[in-house]
Amino acid sequence: MNEPAGGHPHEHGGYDVDPTHHHPPQPDLEDTPLARHQVMQMAVTSLLIEKGIFSGDDMRAQVERMDGLNPGLGARLVARAWTDHGFRQRLLADSKDAAAELGIDTGPIPILVMENTPETHNLVVCTLCSCYPKFLLGVPPDWYKSRNYRSRAVREPRKVLAEFGTELAPDVAIRVHDSTADMRYMILPIRPTGSEGMGEEELAGLVTRDSLVGVAVPRAG
Amino acid sequence: MDKARRHHDMGGLEAGPVNRDGHDHAPWEKRVDALMVLLGRQGILTVDELRRGIEELGADAYDRYSYYERWMASMTNLLLEKRIIEVDELGERMAEIETGRREALP
Repeated sequence: MNEPAGGHPHEHGGYDVDPTHHHPPQPDLEDTPLARHQVMQMAVTSLLIEKGIFSGDDMRAQVERMDGLNPGLGARLVARAWTDHGFRQRLLADSKDAAAELGIDTGPIPILVMENTPETHNLVVCTLCSCYPKFLLGVPPDWYKSRNYRSRAVREPRKVLAEFGTELAPDVAIRVHDSTADMRYMILPIRPTGSEGMGEEELAGLVTRDSLVGVAVPRAG
Repeated sequence: MDKARRHHDMGGLEAGPVNRDGHDHAPWEKRVDALMVLLGRQGILTVDELRRGIEELGADAYDRYSYYERWMASMTNLLLEKRIIEVDELGERMAEIETGRREALP
């Protein structure tokens, strides 16, 4: 155990909260005591700003930027790949270059796009931590970071998929991709039947976050 | 648990059903995320260091802390280790924020 020292008079963080202890009002979390790690975040941030490592504006801009990242970016890539064969080849070969064609930045860590086929379904996990293609999908959902998903996705993916309501035919193989700090994955799902004649924007609307991680498949109507 | 495994290395272990409930990230969690990005951009911390710091929290803290609590604990330890910040100033600043002597920001 190697907790940061902090000259802290008491422990809270939701584990050992003293109800009589009064905290200054927090605009984010009204009536909730400031948890230890929140205080730590504020203290560390203010020290780093004071030391000139970044500014308060840098922090606010980065939070806004993160708020702007969402699975819609990955969905646009998929919709383009479904309608443009050449783009699909380029996306599978080098997602960074292909995404740049649409003005999308995939971030500093390489992302491999894995294509689902009628024979093979792909699923993404990060067993060691929570590596995720954040620049294309936004922040990962809680279940992606959970012990149960991380443990079981590589051991019994078919059962995990069933828990997400995704029943695959027994003859469909499942390939599970374990992400790392240096390599992330996004799934290119199969274009659903019933989507013939749909335009790119409408197609993008079918592509859910879960289908980009591989725990679900897109459906039309 | 297998002795060769560390507590974060859980791939393939038995576990319960996946709970699909999510939560919207609180502003402080977004700031923790932003902090890591800013420190990465400055070349002060890498993702691998962040992960190493999380793995070193120990099994108990790992399981007890929420996701961004782990991040915050790891980043703080790394910043102390690299002497970017000092223990005394951190303790003092945390006490000031907790007692309302200093405005929480940003």
